[in-house]
Amino acid sequence: MTRAKDISMLATLARAAALAAFVCAPVCAPGAAFAAEEERLVVAGGVLTEILYALGAQDRIVGVDTTSLHPPRALEEHPDIGYLRALSAEGVLSLAPDRVLATDAAGPADALDLIRQAGVDVEILREEPTEAGVLARIREVGALVEAEEAARALADEVAAGFAALAQARATIEAPVRVLFVLSLQNGRAMVGGAGTSADAIITLAGGENAVSGVDGYKPVTDEAIIAAAPDVILSIGRGDHALSPDDVFALPAFAMTPAAAERRLVTMDGLALLGFGPRTPQAAAELMKILHPEAVIAPVIAPLLRAEATR
Amino acid sequence: MSAGLAAGRLADAPSALAARRRRARLGTGLLVVVLAAISIVALGAGAVAIPPGRVVAILWEAATGAGADAGDGARDALVVTGIRLPRVAMGILVGAALAVAGALMQGLFRNPLADPGLVGVSSGAGLAAGITIVLGERLVPAALGIDPFALLPVGAFLGGLATTLLLYAIATRGGRTSIATMLLAGIALGALAGAASGVLAFMSDDRQLRDLTFWSLGSLGGATWSKLAIVAPILGATLLATPILARALNALVLGEAEAYHLGIAVERVKTAIVILVAAAVGASVAAAGVIGFVGIVVPHLLRLAIGPDHRVLLPACALLGAALLVLADIVARTLVAPAELPIGIVTAAIGAPFFLWLLLRRRGFFP
Repeated sequence: MTRAKDISMLATLARAAALAAFVCAPVCAPGAAFAAEEERLVVAGGVLTEILYALGAQDRIVGVDTTSLHPPRALEEHPDIGYLRALSAEGVLSLAPDRVLATDAAGPADALDLIRQAGVDVEILREEPTEAGVLARIREVGALVEAEEAARALADEVAAGFAALAQARATIEAPVRVLFVLSLQNGRAMVGGAGTSADAIITLAGGENAVSGVDGYKPVTDEAIIAAAPDVILSIGRGDHALSPDDVFALPAFAMTPAAAERRLVTMDGLALLGFGPRTPQAAAELMKILHPEAVIAPVIAPLLRAEATR
Repeated sequence: MSAGLAAGRLADAPSALAARRRRARLGTGLLVVVLAAISIVALGAGAVAIPPGRVVAILWEAATGAGADAGDGARDALVVTGIRLPRVAMGILVGAALAVAGALMQGLFRNPLADPGLVGVSSGAGLAAGITIVLGERLVPAALGIDPFALLPVGAFLGGLATTLLLYAIATRGGRTSIATMLLAGIALGALAGAASGVLAFMSDDRQLRDLTFWSLGSLGGATWSKLAIVAPILGATLLATPILARALNALVLGEAEAYHLGIAVERVKTAIVILVAAAVGASVAAAGVIGFVGIVVPHLLRLAIGPDHRVLLPACALLGAALLVLADIVARTLVAPAELPIGIVTAAIGAPFFLWLLLRRRGFFP
């Protein structure tokens, strides 16, 4: 390695350090214990991982579960402790955590008991696809990692986002009927009914779930799709896996819906759309812009994206 | 004894029989050594790295009642005595019970394809588990403060036992149990339970669906001393009772009427086997989920290796079943550490290729 390279690397490091200090200063709570005796966290629950990253507390994480899909690097940067419903007590303990942050979906109870017996603090946080739930989660996580300031700021931003959405919703006169299609297999559609996070985000975005009579994610018949008469088909996907309008509206059932007339198929990132966390207001706002171009939406801030950019 | 030997003598010359018995003794001895070795490795291996000397010290401390030290020492001690030790013990018991249950079923039905699932235990237990997972939250009042998931083992055990008793009642007329009826009715009940489980899968949400899948692949991860204390007496009793049935099973190879004339209380033996298998498999399923493959492959493998005499086959099955399951568990909890694989995947992945190899080799040697 040449001297010049060494120097340029040092300069880069110095710049990075300065930037880190600059970014950290307003965010970090005064007197927060950082560096040496930082608590080691194992996280079981994608939303919790997302919040920790948004709070800038990702350096404390020593392990995440398989549902921690956002930000995508979470699973690259930390060991994978498996699916949160099937945790291994020894696996979690091998990461020597001081605390396990888990949603109420985590288990089995025996494994959590063993982890507690080993002197590890296990914090269970309830998961719910509502505005209040998201805000409460952010504050709880912030309190647990002693980043109350950052959490308050994040919660305020998210709350402002929800408020902007509510205002915009009030300007919508005729909600469009939205059919959420989780998957299409052999022409059979799996749709999102009442109680799903798809239903919640459609409502947040000012739409109306076309299949609110269905409970949960269910396959439905062609006739039910025609009867639902959706104005828009909403789907999730990335790249090749995304549904294309050609595929969807070639199916007789979908061809007979109002959505087919203007070929209105909306495809969005599934994690942002269905995982209820700090990115929810932004995802809902994006969806609202598509569903109701006439609605006036105050700019919704994307807290996580901003935190990512300044890192 | 005479019955088993008579069956054997029809096929084999005395010298071949002696060679086979020598081989059986040798094989059983070998299996004891293998099981002991695998168990020791299982206590030492895992996601938390603990040196072998430390493991021995922890076990010594636990055995002599010396207090564990604080900090990392206490954690290591908990990992060895609170997590690995009950897991190994549970693996030995469940593996032995599943393999012996398989051998008993194959002997009773005189059909090499019979497995414990045929008496309806698996389908019944699976259905009950499905009901607990999917409907538990609706059936158990939240006010009771019981996690419905904690009721799963109980539900599985009761479901398995109930299906078996129903099947037994269907197949028994006038004090005689028809094995053929039981086999067919078992298939019918299995299909019915499968349909009901399908309805549950349809009703369940994503999380419940994943729970169902994980549960149906089995895991020793939930092994704790308290669970072991409940399951061990049931499995232990089954294992201890099997040697008594070995002679009767040898006679049953000739047919029910022939066995009866050899002085075997055929009806009583049938009842005993069905109840033992239901209890053993029900308890195993309750403790570790559905672990396939062990019950069908271990007895086959040993029949190929040491012959069909149930007096040596049954203990050997217990040993090999235990060794296979403990070995599979080592793989399950170290391969993707800190996560864990479902053990059903591992038992099949280890056992199936080995079984195929044995079959092919056998065909090559004796065309």
